[in-house]
Amino acid sequence: MSNLAVLPIILPLVAAIVLIFFNSKVNVSRTLTKVFSLIGLGLSGYIVWEVLKNGTIILETGDWVAPYGIVLVMDSLAAVLVMTTNVIAVACAFYAPSAGLGEKENYYFYPFFFFLITGVSGAFITGDLFNLFVFFEVLLMASYALIVLGGDKVQLRESLKYLLINLFSSMLFVTAVAFVYGAVGTVNMAQIAQRVQEADQQGILTTVGILLFFVFATKAALFPLYYWLPKSYVVPNPVISALFGALLTKVGIYSIFRVFTLIFVHRVDLTHEVFIWFAGLSMVFGIIGALSTSNIKLIIAYNIIPAIGFILLGIGVMNETAISGSVYYLVHDMIIKSALFLLVGVIAYVAGTSDLKKMGGLIHTYPLLGWLLFIAAFVLAGIPPFSGFIGKLLLLQGAFEGEHIIIILIGLLTSLLILYSVAKIFIHAFWGDKDAMGPIEKKSTKGMVAPIVFLLALSVIMGVGAEYFYPIADSIAAYLMDPQIYIDSVLKE
Amino acid sequence: MEIIILILSGILFATAIYNLLQKQLLRIVIGTALLSHGAHLFILTMGKLKTGQPPILTDGVSDYTDPLPQALILTSIVISFGVTSLLLVLAYRTTQENKTDNMEQLRGKANE
Repeated sequence: MSNLAVLPIILPLVAAIVLIFFNSKVNVSRTLTKVFSLIGLGLSGYIVWEVLKNGTIILETGDWVAPYGIVLVMDSLAAVLVMTTNVIAVACAFYAPSAGLGEKENYYFYPFFFFLITGVSGAFITGDLFNLFVFFEVLLMASYALIVLGGDKVQLRESLKYLLINLFSSMLFVTAVAFVYGAVGTVNMAQIAQRVQEADQQGILTTVGILLFFVFATKAALFPLYYWLPKSYVVPNPVISALFGALLTKVGIYSIFRVFTLIFVHRVDLTHEVFIWFAGLSMVFGIIGALSTSNIKLIIAYNIIPAIGFILLGIGVMNETAISGSVYYLVHDMIIKSALFLLVGVIAYVAGTSDLKKMGGLIHTYPLLGWLLFIAAFVLAGIPPFSGFIGKLLLLQGAFEGEHIIIILIGLLTSLLILYSVAKIFIHAFWGDKDAMGPIEKKSTKGMVAPIVFLLALSVIMGVGAEYFYPIADSIAAYLMDPQIYIDSVLKE
Repeated sequence: MEIIILILSGILFATAIYNLLQKQLLRIVIGTALLSHGAHLFILTMGKLKTGQPPILTDGVSDYTDPLPQALILTSIVISFGVTSLLLVLAYRTTQENKTDNMEQLRGKANE
């Protein structure tokens, strides 16, 4: 039964290898991608059900007993995130054929797509700090290939910067792992947690923790380490941007989640208090970025940063309500960000430009797109009854319990500005005279709208049906607040 | 011995960061290579350097070399080797397409 834990890594890996052989046959690749992503979704759904019913699944690879070998820990948080990853993979797999990739589709797009999913799933599942680094590299390698796919002038320029910043932070990650190993003599997360607890997290350990935070914050694009993000997420095809926006930064914030709810939890006054300020500054600077541009893709890319801020806020406040809010918001944000990236991809495609100033009156030709964007804006900003509202409510309630009043005000103000930044797209692109852009030819959006509707419907269900999803987030939060459960389940003492 | 290696890895880090902050692409690439060397040496030192001991733990033997840092370094070397080769190709293509290898001129414009 424990082999279930490794399947979300194996399946996309096999899919990627199979797809390499069908690279020249686009139609076969498309069909196989859809089939594999649907199998992945079914499998991860089953795993979630299994984990919620029977508790954490642990696989000791190669039968090496816990602290010595690499362990894969499929706990409730990992299972839910793996499932969300697969949901996004399905949406992107169905969107990709009509995404206008052109001949880039033949440049091993589908294999890299699945290698990315492999890396992301692996990073969620692994219970070993060095293995986390390895899976980071797997997903980064795939992302380097995807971001530069086709090799346009702009793409080359931006992917170079993307690669450099990630290479730098990866090397810092290795250094931080070395520090951890030097200080506690293990790289198994459960054992690190145990030993940090025994040593009462003295000075050097907190320092190592902050170094790890710095590494993950670079990957997650937190203030002040987000400068690499917006432009590099804009240059590739919308479907690739959607994958990046939904998955890559979230792996970074997930790692912060893991490390700072499991390992470095004994000096909350030194570490977590600081996070709250980083969270607030990320919100403010992210939203300023989003308001400063008229490029619709950039607006959405900048909107990633305040969302990461919100999730970090929950970790910083560190009480059960706030953590459950963070978990809820994390899942919500993965879904809505991919939906928005796909949506602006379609809008930029039908309008023939991504500059907001050159758009107008699209609602006459594309009413469905307009209303989808309208709903998406509400979901993103957290208007009840959509999913963003539940997450933010829990986060702010948690912050209120923790008596962090200023951050609540910043959060509320940011939400309002998020709504404005997306509503700006709606107003400028969709309102206006029918002929605002001159005579436009109606382009077919066949195949592009269905995945977006699917993702938005999920967001709406997560909001309206919060009654069913909230208990899961709550149980995950209760589980995260007690690191001993994780330690005991891995080390079996 | 550990102290000397640590200082060496510190020097590597410092030169790496100096090179990373240059404007010429090739220097930056060399900077990343130096950075990874520094990090790898650092991992090795964290397992304590013992010369002439096998990395095996058998009953009764208390003096052995820690095998884990070596396994970690091996993994990390392979990864950084791969990334460096990709980076070189990418830097070469970027230079060709954009007709410059100066980072100052690779900033890009608004609204592309």
